[in-house]
Amino acid sequence: MTTGRSTGPEGAGIEGAGTEGAGTQDQVNAASDPLGADGANAVGRDGPIDVRSQTTATVGTRGGRRGSGEGGRGRRRGGGRRGGDRSMVPEAEFTSYYGRPIVKPSPWEADIPAYLFAGGLAAGSSILAAGADLTGRPAMRRSGRFVSMGALGFSMVALVHDLGTPSRFYNMLRVAKPTSPMSMGTWILSAYGAFAGAATAAEVGRMVPRRWVPRLLHRPLDLLPYADRPAGVLAAVVAPAVASYTAVLLSDTATPSWHSAYRELPFVFVGSAAAASSGMAMVTAPVAEAGPARRLAVAGAAFELVMEHRMEQTMGITAEPLHEGKAGRLMRASKALTVAGAAGTLLAGARRSRALSVLSGAALMVGSACTRFGVFEAGQASAMDPKYTVVPQRERLEREGPVRHPGSTTPPVS
Amino acid sequence: MSWTISENSFWGPLDPAADAGYDEDRPKRKGFFTDTSICIGCKACEVACKEWNDVPADHFDMTATSYDNSHSLNANQWRHVAFIEQPKRLVTEGEGQDSGLRGTVDLGMPTVPPTGAAEQLANGADDRPDFRWLMSSDVCKHCTHAACLDVCPTGSLFRTEFGTVVVQDDICNGCGYCVPACPYGVIERRKAPDGAKNVGIAQKCTLCYDRLDAGQTPACAQACPTQSIQYGDVEELRERANKRVEQLHEAGIMDARLYGNDPNDGVGGTGAFFLLLDEPEVYGFPPDPVVTTKDLPAMYKHAVAAAGALLAGAAVAFLGRRP
Repeated sequence: MTTGRSTGPEGAGIEGAGTEGAGTQDQVNAASDPLGADGANAVGRDGPIDVRSQTTATVGTRGGRRGSGEGGRGRRRGGGRRGGDRSMVPEAEFTSYYGRPIVKPSPWEADIPAYLFAGGLAAGSSILAAGADLTGRPAMRRSGRFVSMGALGFSMVALVHDLGTPSRFYNMLRVAKPTSPMSMGTWILSAYGAFAGAATAAEVGRMVPRRWVPRLLHRPLDLLPYADRPAGVLAAVVAPAVASYTAVLLSDTATPSWHSAYRELPFVFVGSAAAASSGMAMVTAPVAEAGPARRLAVAGAAFELVMEHRMEQTMGITAEPLHEGKAGRLMRASKALTVAGAAGTLLAGARRSRALSVLSGAALMVGSACTRFGVFEAGQASAMDPKYTVVPQRERLEREGPVRHPGSTTPPVS
Repeated sequence: MSWTISENSFWGPLDPAADAGYDEDRPKRKGFFTDTSICIGCKACEVACKEWNDVPADHFDMTATSYDNSHSLNANQWRHVAFIEQPKRLVTEGEGQDSGLRGTVDLGMPTVPPTGAAEQLANGADDRPDFRWLMSSDVCKHCTHAACLDVCPTGSLFRTEFGTVVVQDDICNGCGYCVPACPYGVIERRKAPDGAKNVGIAQKCTLCYDRLDAGQTPACAQACPTQSIQYGDVEELRERANKRVEQLHEAGIMDARLYGNDPNDGVGGTGAFFLLLDEPEVYGFPPDPVVTTKDLPAMYKHAVAAAGALLAGAAVAFLGRRP
């Protein structure tokens, strides 16, 4: 399953010995060109793998960032597009085992970023529904509760579908484990689901005429109004945790572009959740009631954009994948849609335009989804390239020395 | 089982089995010391592991970069021998001439020297080629602070009485969280071949938990013909490794270094550690890995702050005039 292998293994070995001189220009070319200087490519179990020398390789850091997006070819290693403003930052040198990944990307598929979006949408909608309930906005309350329930249902299906063995999903409920954000998330979702479900049931109870309901169920139906507001408020209290824990879920991994974002990612995600759910409320609720949703939409969008910018400033080289390839396209789309959606929201509020509300709301929702998919894809890409594992660790070694527990008494060996 | 969080539960030196709640009468922590300086790349460890643990054969191709045909540690590869070819001498110039330890030993095998090498040899420049092979049998590190175990939401991954980390196949639901959590890229969800057992479930080295229970040596260490893979009590292996590094340094192999032996490092030291002859990343190891859960308390704090910000923001949005 290999291409470009013109010699036998022995020949390849000797050839390698002859050409592998650390720091030669050939080396740099071979490392930076996505296809390899000699066009040698291997197809591994995870798809095509760049065949690169295991000796020192030089990559452009900023150059790769700028050069991304234009071509699908250079999307994983934009460093191949040389030139530009490469000289602005020192070049990063790194070594790897023939360019093979060190950490493994998560086996998660589109289910997970879709859940990140739907979870945020559900959480924000519950908060808006509770606010609407408390401030006398019945239409927004109703739509918020139904949206939250629909998004939660979708989330559950997506989460179970993504399991390797979906029939064992209930094993998630075996333990409650604080060191596992996924375990914590399971319990947060369970609690949230119970409250959101009760609030939605109360909403349904209001809408269904009594005579449609069998006599046997009249008693439970009479109890629903008592659960109505308390359940809605409790759902809104748990909901912010639903929106923000997903950032910890991603960050608590060795995936370079997720872990290095752990300080800002929860803020990006709650901003994104606020924008998406407010956008949905602008789509589903009348303009007269949706004032708070418009305010939250603009605030959420601005918060998301600011925190995302800050996040990239602190991520170092691992911010690169957010600008390259699929992730780069998604993040650019997210920014454009979020800005446009927020501007449209302001205009819709001023003009009292329903059509503009729907349009802006939809833009904010798609923008939020793009953020989630973009962050997800950037992480996956960062795990596939050893650069993002080696370079940050080497930089830290140079800056601070090896990570050693402060209680260290034994001197480091060798 | 007592459930306590000790000071070093997230990071720092620790006896992992004691931290997991095993009693005083537990066995000593077991592990591997893989001395790559004497690995000959025979792959007996890979074969023995597959045989004993019934790991399916899957996807053997040459990588086209070296003799490596098993690619990486993964769900179907619990030992992986890395082959690295380098234009470098094993013994540093001018050292180790008298120690009896030489970079290469002439076995009298017929060889086809690389172009140019013949002239070099004829000129009597040196009898050793300007070239070395590094071979290393990689395996799950059985970290003191194992991220895979920390993040597992079902409790399928657990700490054994031997201080090792093992997946319970009948509990794992294949959520896949352990896969991106591992700083070494060891554990993986099995996705092939069709019909193999445990497809859709996280798989990795168990340090032959079943053999340990019976007082046996793990299959790979048992099969290793050069004792490159040494099995034993981690404490004792660490001492042995220190002595071996000293010995190699005396012999002029100044590149020799240990990887994963320090209980104060980013993962609290590993149960399976290595003697390497080059930087860790040359072998496909991360140079200075840190368990991701070291930062988990900080992550939770940020998430709580973000949740609070969302709730406060929404509350402010609802202030003001009513319709």
